[in-house]
Amino acid sequence: MLQSETDVSRTPNCRSQRSTSAFITLLTRRSAIGTKKKKMEQAFVWPWNSQKWATFLAISMFAFLLRMLVALHSYSGAAVPPKYGDYEAQRHWMEITVHTPVKQWYQNTTDNDLCYWGLDYPPLTAYQSFVHGIFLNAVEPAAVALHTSRGYENTSSKLLMRWTVLSSDILVFFPAVLVFVALYYRQHANQEQAWALAMILLQPALMLIDHGHFQYNCISLGLAVGAAAAVIMRQELMACILFSLSLNHKQMSTYYAPAFFAHLLGRCFQCCSPVVGVMRLGVMVLATFAVCWWPFLSSWQSVLQVFSRLAPLERGLYEDYVANFWCSTSLLIKWKQLFSIPMLARLAMGMTIGASLPSMVQQILAPSAQGFLFSMLNSSFAFYLFAFQVHEKSVLLPVLPATLLALNEPQVLQYIVPIAVMSMLPLLRRDGLIIPYFALLSLFFLLPAHPVYGPRGKPDKQKRGIVKSSALNLLPFCSISGAVVLHLIYLFLHPPARYPFLFEALITVYCFVHFLALAIYTNWRQWFQAVDRAEVSKEE
Amino acid sequence: MRLSELQEVASLAGIATCVKLLLVPTYHSTDFEVHRNWLAITHSLPLKNWYSDESSEWTLDYPPFFAYFECFLSIFASMLDPQITHLQNGQGYASNTVILFQRISVMVADLFLYWGVCKISRHLSAVRKKLLLLAVIFSPGLFIVDHIHFQYNGFLLGMLLLSLAALQDGHDLLGGFWFAVLVCFKHLFAVAGPIYFVYLLRHYCRGPQKVLRFFKLAGTVVGVLVVAFGPFAYYNQIPQVIKRLFPFGRGLCHAYWAPNIWALYNIVDKAAAIVLRKIGVHVNVPQAALTGGLVGDFSPNALLPQITPKISALLVVGTMLPCLVQAWRHPRKTDVARWVVYAYACGFMFGWHVHEKASLHMVIPFSILAVQSLQDAGDFIFIATVATYSLFPLLFEAKEYPIKVLLLVLYILVMWVSFAHNMMERGELNSNEASVPISDSFVHESCNLEKLDEGKNVEKQPKEEGMQLLSIFEKVYLAGLVLVEIYGQVLHPFFLRDHLPFLPLMLISGYCSIGMLYFWAGQFFKIAFMSGFHIEQLPHMKKA
Repeated sequence: MLQSETDVSRTPNCRSQRSTSAFITLLTRRSAIGTKKKKMEQAFVWPWNSQKWATFLAISMFAFLLRMLVALHSYSGAAVPPKYGDYEAQRHWMEITVHTPVKQWYQNTTDNDLCYWGLDYPPLTAYQSFVHGIFLNAVEPAAVALHTSRGYENTSSKLLMRWTVLSSDILVFFPAVLVFVALYYRQHANQEQAWALAMILLQPALMLIDHGHFQYNCISLGLAVGAAAAVIMRQELMACILFSLSLNHKQMSTYYAPAFFAHLLGRCFQCCSPVVGVMRLGVMVLATFAVCWWPFLSSWQSVLQVFSRLAPLERGLYEDYVANFWCSTSLLIKWKQLFSIPMLARLAMGMTIGASLPSMVQQILAPSAQGFLFSMLNSSFAFYLFAFQVHEKSVLLPVLPATLLALNEPQVLQYIVPIAVMSMLPLLRRDGLIIPYFALLSLFFLLPAHPVYGPRGKPDKQKRGIVKSSALNLLPFCSISGAVVLHLIYLFLHPPARYPFLFEALITVYCFVHFLALAIYTNWRQWFQAVDRAEVSKEE
Repeated sequence: MRLSELQEVASLAGIATCVKLLLVPTYHSTDFEVHRNWLAITHSLPLKNWYSDESSEWTLDYPPFFAYFECFLSIFASMLDPQITHLQNGQGYASNTVILFQRISVMVADLFLYWGVCKISRHLSAVRKKLLLLAVIFSPGLFIVDHIHFQYNGFLLGMLLLSLAALQDGHDLLGGFWFAVLVCFKHLFAVAGPIYFVYLLRHYCRGPQKVLRFFKLAGTVVGVLVVAFGPFAYYNQIPQVIKRLFPFGRGLCHAYWAPNIWALYNIVDKAAAIVLRKIGVHVNVPQAALTGGLVGDFSPNALLPQITPKISALLVVGTMLPCLVQAWRHPRKTDVARWVVYAYACGFMFGWHVHEKASLHMVIPFSILAVQSLQDAGDFIFIATVATYSLFPLLFEAKEYPIKVLLLVLYILVMWVSFAHNMMERGELNSNEASVPISDSFVHESCNLEKLDEGKNVEKQPKEEGMQLLSIFEKVYLAGLVLVEIYGQVLHPFFLRDHLPFLPLMLISGYCSIGMLYFWAGQFFKIAFMSGFHIEQLPHMKKA
C-alpha cells in the first residue's frame, strides 16, 4: 500500500493542476510519515537516540544495584578462623596502615606480623587501605583496632567494608568505563554504545570477585581502563600516569604491560624523534612510580623489602585450580617435581614473553586503537596462561579487554565471560556465592548477545545472521552442553575417594582448552583483521 | 501467543528473577515466619484444625485457597527439610534451606503474574505491550514487599490481571471465576466485589438468556466458594474461619499508619490534642500505643470521634457509589480496569486496618491504564512513586536502604523516559523524528559534532513534552518526598536524636497520604463528574 502511494507522489508533474499535486504529495507524505511512525514505534520503546545520557545513567544504576545485591551475600573466609580470607586481609591492611607508621607497613614488627596477611600489594593499595581505614576508624573504631580486631565481623562493619568497595567502584571503574565507551565507540550508534557499556559493567566476573569474594580489582582495572581511554585519545603521557598507578595498585596489572609498552613504543616510532618520545614517557613513568613509592625510597634496603613482599616466589607455580597451562598440564607432567622453583619461574617467564611477543610486535609495527585493545587481551591471556604464580581471580584481566572490545568481537565476549566465571566456580562455591554465581551468569545470558538495532536504528539482520548460523554450529552447542554437564557433576555428585579434586581438575582443563582456543583466535584477529581498522584510524 | 512474544516475556521475567535471586539474603519480616508457620499448620494438622490452631501467635488468617496453596507447598518443604513443617520445632526456624525454599516459592508463584500480564497485554501494540511488561514485572513495590519483606502479592495480583484480561476480552464468566478464586486466596481483594457484581450483572446477565446467564454466573461463584469453604463447612468450622478472617479487634490503623485518610485523621487528632494542652485545656489523652500487627491492640483517639468498622465500611461503599452507578448505566468492558483500580483506591483510603502494602492492589492494575493514555501515564508515575515510597519504612535496616532507593529511582527513571518517549501526542515530534536522518545512510559515518547537534534537536521535543506527564503540583509534591526522606534520614537523627522517634514515620505516612488522597480524588472526579468520559476507543486494540 505504501508502495502505491509513493508512486503517486513521484508523478505529480504530469498533473495539470499544481495545487492538486501539492495536496496529493502532502497527503502521501503524511501517510508515509504515519507508516514510518509505526515502524519507529515498533522499533523503540526506549529513546536510544534522544536520551543517550538517561540510557547510560540507567545502565550504570542497574549495574550498581546488582553490585549492591551481590554485596549482600557471603564473602571469602566469612567466619572461618583462624586465617579467614581476602575480606580479613583487606581489613587487616586497614588496621595496619592506620595504626603503624608508613615505613613499617611492609616490615615485620611487633605490631605488624607479616605472617598474618602481611601487606603484599604495591603502595597504592596500602594508601587506599589507609584512606578506607581512616573512614572505618571514624565510624567503627573496633573494626580496625590494632591486634584486637582480627576476624572482626559484625553487621555494621561488614556493611562499611562493602561500602568501601562499592564507593571505589563507582568513583574509579564506572567513570573510566563511561569515558572509554564514549571515546572508543564514538562513531557507533547510541544503542550500540549502550550495549557495550552494559556488557562492560554487567560482566559477572568482576562483580563476583569484588563485591562477593571481596577485593578491590575495580580500582586497578578502572585505572587500566582509564589508561586505555587515554591511549585511544592519543594522550600518551596521561596513559603512562594512569597505567603506572594501576601497576602500583595491584602488580597483576603487569599483564597489560606488554600491550602498553609495545603500543606506546610503536607510537613513539611514528613521531619525528622516537628517542625523545620514549624518554618523555619513561620519565613520566618513573616520576609516577617515585611519587607512589616516596615513603619507601629512603634506603635501598626498604625498597628491596617492599619488592620482596610483592614477588613471593615461595608461593609456588599456581594457586588452587587455575585454568592455565601449568595447572592443567600438571595432571600429566608433575612440573613441581621435575624442576626447582627458580627454574620454573624462568621457564614460565620465557613462555609468557614468547606468548605475548606476537601481539607486541604487531603493535610496535602498526599501533592502532583497536589493535591496542587486542594486544591488551592477548598479553593478559599470555600471562594468565603461562605466567608464574597465577590466581584463578587473574582471569579478570583477560576478561576486561574482551568486554572493552564488545562491539568488535561480540562472539569472543559470549565465550570468554561464561568460561571465565566458570573457571572460578570452585573458588566461588567455597565462598558461598553459588546463588549470585547463577543469578549473574543467567542475567548475562538473558541480555541480548549483540545490540538488537544496528547503527541505523534498524534491526541488524547481518549480525543476527551471524549469530544464527553460528548457533547452528556444533561447536558452541558442545561447549555449552559440556559446561552444563560439568556444573551438574560438580554441584551434585561426590568425587571418588581416590581423587577428591577430580571435578575441580576437570573444570580447570575444560576452561583451559577454551582459553587457549580463544587466545589463538584473538591473536590471529589482532594480526589479520585489526590491520584494516588501523588504516581507517590513520586516515582520520 | 507467538513464540517471539513468549520469548520477550520470558527474558524480562528471567531478568527479574535473577534480581530476585540476589535478594534472597535480604531482611525478611515476621511475615516470613507467618508463612512458615502456615506451612507447618497445613502440613501437620488435619484440615478441621487449621483455623483453630494456636500453637504459634501467627495464626492462619487467609482464606482457604491460600491454606490449600500452603498445604501444597508444604509437601515439598517437608521433603526438603522436615523441620520446616514441624509445628513446634519449626517455630522461628530460619536456616538457609527454609529461606531459600520460601523465597523460591514466591519467585515460582510469580509465574501467575507473568501469565496475567501476558494475557492483559495481548491485544496491545508492541510498544505499549513492552511498556506494560516493564511496568508490572519490574515494579519496585513488588520487589520490596514480596521478595524482601516477604509475601505472595505478585502471585495474587497475577490472578487479578487474569480476571481483568478475561473481562476486557469479553469473557465475563471467566473474569468472574478468577475474581472469585482470588478472593478465596486473599479476602482483602473483595473490596472490588461490588464493582464486579454490578458490572457482571449488567454486562453479562443481559439479552434473552439473562436468567440463565445469571444462574451460570452465580453457579460459578458459588462453585468456587464451595470448593474453598466446603471442607470447612463439613467440619463445622465456618464461624471459626470467619472469626479469623475478619479480626475487627485490630485497630483502625496498622503499626505504621498506611498513608490513607485515617493517617491524616490521627495526625489532626494528635496535633489538636497537643495544641489544646499547650493552651491549657485539659485533654484526656489515652496511652498512645501505636497498634501492633497482633490482634487485640486498639488505640483510641483523643478528641475526634472514634471510627468504628461500620463507619469505615460505609465510607468505602459510599465513595465507590459513583463508580457503581457508572457500571450500572454504562457497563463498558474498557472501563472495568479503571473501576477496579478506583475500588481498591477507596478501600485503601477509607478501609479498616489497612496495610501500606495494599497500595499495590491499585498500582499494579493501574499500569494497564497507564500505557493507554498520556494522562494516566503521568498519574501512574505519580502514584507508583508515592505508593512505593510509602513502603520504605517496611525495610528499616541499613543494608537494604540503598537497594530500595535505587530500585525506586531506577524504575521511575526508566518508566518516565519511556512513557515520555512513547505516550506523548507526538504530532510535531513525529515529523521531527521522521526528519532526523536516522534512515540516512550518512549517519554512521557522520562526524561527532553533527551528531551531537542532531541529538539536541531531537532531545528538545521529548523533554518539553515529557514535562507534561506531571503537573507542576505533582512535581513539587514529588520533590517534597526527597525532603521528607532527607528529614527522616539526616535532619531528625542529627537534631532531635532519640526524641520523638515516631515523627519521621508519621511524617512519611502523613505526607504520602496527601499524595494518595490527591490520586484518589483525581480518579473520583474522573469517574463521577466527567460523565462523557471514557477511555478513547483504543485504536491499537485489535477489533475482535
